Amino acid sequence: MTDIAATAPAHGHTHAHDDHDHDTPGFFVRWFMSTNHKDIGTLYLIFAIVAGIVGGGLSGMMRLELAEPGVQYLSGWAHMLGGAGDEVAGKHFWNVMITAHGLIMVFFMVMPAMIGGFGNWFVPLMIGAPDMAFPRMNNVSFWLTFVAFVMLFGSMFVPGGSGNGAGTGWTVYAPLSTSGSAGPAVDMAIFSLHLAGAASILGAINFITTIFNMRAPGMTLHKMPLFVWSVLVTAFLLLLALPVLAAAITMLLTDRNFGTTFYDAAGGGDPVLYQHLFWFFGHPEVYIMILPGFGIVSQIISTFSKKPVFGYLGMAYAMVAIGVVGFIVWAHHMFTVGMSVNLKMYFTAATMVIAVPTGIKIFSWIATMWGGSMTFKTPMMWSLGFIFMFTVGGVTGVVLANGGVDTNLHDTYYVVAHFHYVLSLGAVFSLFAGFYYWFPKMSGRMYSELLGQLHFWIFFIGVNVMFFPQHFLGQQGMPRRYPDYAEAYAYWHYVSSFGYVIMGVGMLFFFVNILYSLFAGKKAADNPWGEGATTLEWTLSSPPPFHQFNELPRIA
Amino acid sequence: MRAFPVIGRLSPNAKTASLAALMALAMTGLGFAAVPLYDLFCRVTGFGGTTQRYDPVAAAAEPEILSQTVSVRFDANVSPNLPWKFYPEHPTDTVSIGARDMAIFIAENNSAHPVVGTASFNVTPDQAGKYFTKIQCFCFTQQRLEPGQQMRMPVLFFVDPKIMDDPDARDVQEITLSYTFHPVDEGKKAS
Repeated sequence: MTDIAATAPAHGHTHAHDDHDHDTPGFFVRWFMSTNHKDIGTLYLIFAIVAGIVGGGLSGMMRLELAEPGVQYLSGWAHMLGGAGDEVAGKHFWNVMITAHGLIMVFFMVMPAMIGGFGNWFVPLMIGAPDMAFPRMNNVSFWLTFVAFVMLFGSMFVPGGSGNGAGTGWTVYAPLSTSGSAGPAVDMAIFSLHLAGAASILGAINFITTIFNMRAPGMTLHKMPLFVWSVLVTAFLLLLALPVLAAAITMLLTDRNFGTTFYDAAGGGDPVLYQHLFWFFGHPEVYIMILPGFGIVSQIISTFSKKPVFGYLGMAYAMVAIGVVGFIVWAHHMFTVGMSVNLKMYFTAATMVIAVPTGIKIFSWIATMWGGSMTFKTPMMWSLGFIFMFTVGGVTGVVLANGGVDTNLHDTYYVVAHFHYVLSLGAVFSLFAGFYYWFPKMSGRMYSELLGQLHFWIFFIGVNVMFFPQHFLGQQGMPRRYPDYAEAYAYWHYVSSFGYVIMGVGMLFFFVNILYSLFAGKKAADNPWGEGATTLEWTLSSPPPFHQFNELPRIA
Repeated sequence: MRAFPVIGRLSPNAKTASLAALMALAMTGLGFAAVPLYDLFCRVTGFGGTTQRYDPVAAAAEPEILSQTVSVRFDANVSPNLPWKFYPEHPTDTVSIGARDMAIFIAENNSAHPVVGTASFNVTPDQAGKYFTKIQCFCFTQQRLEPGQQMRMPVLFFVDPKIMDDPDARDVQEITLSYTFHPVDEGKKAS
């Protein structure tokens, strides 16, 4: 994010020409057969919001059930969804909810929003490209993701073992997912992962090609905005991690349906092999979810501090380092499967090494703000919230990285609190930050600052009330993935559920804000953020023309 | 690029995309290759308590017999799907390190039809797997039992004296050798 003195073409009349004279397609062709990176980005964002409502609704049902000890609602819910209304079906429905919540939030909310939504919208704009390298492949990616979501949603209504739906957890561990779950639900969930994975791999190829080949003249790799760097690193992680997941779950499918025994000890296989393969994908996956967030936050901190990012190259290569090291730490997710002390020592040390590039990023953000002329608009608030939350989650991550400590805390609410602090509060905060930051650019309308601030503060308080007590529950031994618990855990569970309600109120302000801004928001200027916003998207109109950069900008 | 004229003719975008797609394909291949590689890794390193198999050709000399002893416990399990009774003749044995020992396991078929079974195995503690060497074992092959038949099955093994040179394993006092018998399903093949 060096200063970019771009000489953008005079868009004043070019975009009017582009908008009206030719090729703005009709509604169906524009939105269902779209090859325009901005339209596909918009589709992804709408899709992610819908999926987020489903995934967030599921977590609301779970917090309701967990508000008090005992099992109150599950059997009724299972019955309502067409399953048997007995206790077994109810408890199976719990497993279905934790599975669906995890898969939806990871594959159908965070990833589509970060990469599909903001990546599609702003990578071409920021590097001065007219569109993505392969616009049709971009369209294929979106609709594959859509079909994958429909597939996963459908799996909740077909048999999956002791009730309807796939109740395997998002990790789909064998043997629960093989001999433990008869019926088509788990097959459908696995196939949904195949489709979502294929969509992401195609998207990754598209981003890599676009970023390597379609930068405007003068836009060298070392002048690219950090958001583009973050998407580039993410695309490589997707490209290297997702095929391994595809292989692992393909073997699950053949174990389930075609009599192979890759993960079955009876035939010479090993269920632990599945865990190794899954986490070889799964650990890079968590960086796939957070790295674009790092990029978004870097842009916003710089914009609202009116300073270039401190240590630009260090920031870019810190993300590369996180991506590389992320591939060699996977077994810290499985410290309890039986590992030698030496192996635990290695994975503990390698995991802690990741705190170094992450620390570089945190301190560089703080140094960017230092001495800057800061304004605290909504996107900046979300970014500051992100730094705070991500640091809390990072600290508990270093605690959990210790093989010895993890033996005690493995699969407890401490882990749940940790990954919600880095994802639900880290990745999601950066998503909201990016949404408010770019909303004027995408829609041409300003959001309501008051509603945005209310959304931030209520959401911030809500998620902290919800997730901070889960550290206590975990340290007291509350295991994750259970609908019921001993009386001793009741207090903090109740507080946690109360936090969900606060968060839910905050979300209402978000939806009201979107509707208000779209219909009654003030017209947004080309660059509503002033001199701090130096990247190329702010040189275009708000919203940008249907086709931009027909004359490539030159970056000095 | 001259060696690959096809690549030379591609546009820059198609070139980059093909390379990226190749990377994805290679990782898919590695994902599947993990199955034999993991198996090999376990056998070579004794990972997860995988025992070693004695190779008379590769073994340079008979192992030296040391004065130290180690207690070996025998653990026998049966998969719920297998109508067998399966137990060791003696639950424990004390052997000198390096000395050959034979343990007998007994299996009985309690069902009214012949059943074929195969045993999976490992030892704990995990770090002893590298040194627990089997010369002969019923687990190397499938076992077929007629209805009501009882069979005595031997395991011939020794504990490699190299265990005394391994700082992680030399203080091991007791090794548990565990077997689990699974039914051999005609449809299922070892992967």
